[in-house]
Amino acid sequence: MKRRDLFALPLIVIPVRVFAQAPNSHISTTDPLVFSFTKGRDVLPGKVKIELPALADNGHSVAMTVRVDSPMTEASHVRAVHMIAEKNPVRDMAVFYFGPNSPRAEVGTRIRLNGSQRIVAVAELSDGTFWSDAVQIEVREAACTDGG
Amino acid sequence: MRFALLLLFPVMAAAQTKSGLDYASDEIRKLQASDAENPGMLWVDQGAALFGKECAACHQKVKGIAARYPRVEKEKIVTLEQMVRHRKPALVYESEEMLALTSYLAHESREMKMNTEIAEKDIARGKTEYFRRRGQMNLSCSHCHDASAGKKLGAETVSQGQPNGYPAYRLEWQKLGSLHRRMRSCMFGLHAELPPFGSELLNELELYLAWRAKGLPIESPAVRR
Amino acid sequence: MAIARIRLPENARRGETVEVRLVIQHPMETGFRRENGERVKRNAIHSLVCRYQGAEVFRATLSTGIAANPTLRFFLRAVETGDLDFWWLDDDEIEGTVKARLVVT
Repeated sequence: MKRRDLFALPLIVIPVRVFAQAPNSHISTTDPLVFSFTKGRDVLPGKVKIELPALADNGHSVAMTVRVDSPMTEASHVRAVHMIAEKNPVRDMAVFYFGPNSPRAEVGTRIRLNGSQRIVAVAELSDGTFWSDAVQIEVREAACTDGG
Repeated sequence: MRFALLLLFPVMAAAQTKSGLDYASDEIRKLQASDAENPGMLWVDQGAALFGKECAACHQKVKGIAARYPRVEKEKIVTLEQMVRHRKPALVYESEEMLALTSYLAHESREMKMNTEIAEKDIARGKTEYFRRRGQMNLSCSHCHDASAGKKLGAETVSQGQPNGYPAYRLEWQKLGSLHRRMRSCMFGLHAELPPFGSELLNELELYLAWRAKGLPIESPAVRR
Repeated sequence: MAIARIRLPENARRGETVEVRLVIQHPMETGFRRENGERVKRNAIHSLVCRYQGAEVFRATLSTGIAANPTLRFFLRAVETGDLDFWWLDDDEIEGTVKARLVVT
């Protein structure tokens, strides 16, 4: 075998099993808040995308968009997206409801954050499955206390 | 002649006035740039409705009104708030109605230069107050907004303290507020006694700040942290 | 009439996906804030519904984790010229409504 044949080695594709992210990696199925709408069913990571800056100047008003990859047809659509702020004193931030008439499962809003934390989105699809995404956001503290 | 012109350059190299927007984060800039999302516009809308009901009978031309204030009239300082009160002396500072009307008027003068007709002789008292140390922290406005502008205070960048964005929506307040409120907040930070809204001290400072702004364009309703 | 701003495209084609933007004036009080030493009671918008030509196109349950003067951006499909009716309710049981017209060509 000539030396130049060795250069062909990287072209050999070795089939490798792709390990998907494990179910319930973003949430705990027994967390009462999550359980209240999943009833213990598995929440798979994927299909959902939270857009948040990695760093926010202050926690009062941070722009966030959440979208779910779905054809939004009668047969296959998103029913709801639950937003959870893990370290806020009130963890449930919002629930957005869609229907087959919604052309896009996407909502933008501004959220209030009590410091650096993880934000989790759980989407419920029309087929009864649950999907999630989670992002970490660092929130700076205000330097000057305002008091008025 | 050309040699004489060259001598002017060192004089012109004075510090450039910069709006608070120049020190603001991307998030804040985006929010201010979008009238659809800028929460300050909610007060402007109210102001437009109020103005139509209560002021439009006498005042047809609205653009440019706010750009003429604060000003000195008959030896007294008149701010936009005081002018708005001329038919309603009972209108309370910082009330929803006052904020609505002032933000509406300021918005109508957006991008116009702040009052550049303020005479240097009129700002003498305001200038003294600006450079006077106050509060437990014993600092003057100048210590932060001249000497430390651009430097960090904790995680925040200190601005020049320019007034051209006010009335502004401050995220800290979760609502729109006036320049007087902002100055009182600053003084709170210094642990100083808070002068009342519309007091002589705040009026003098407001006039000095407007003169110091050297015609920065009005940005109301600005968004600030 | 509540204080709110709605932004819609000037007109839309039939079947087009339209972006709707809504900003509502509301403090969304968390109940954790103090003013003059007193705790300010929690009061946030908790339910919001948008109807287009009488049919519900968007619904949200909100909480104190949504910033003050809440803004919402969502999508709907333009069918024909008609009214967009927004309704919401807060913890003090005060309702708010606002209306906008979507022109569809």
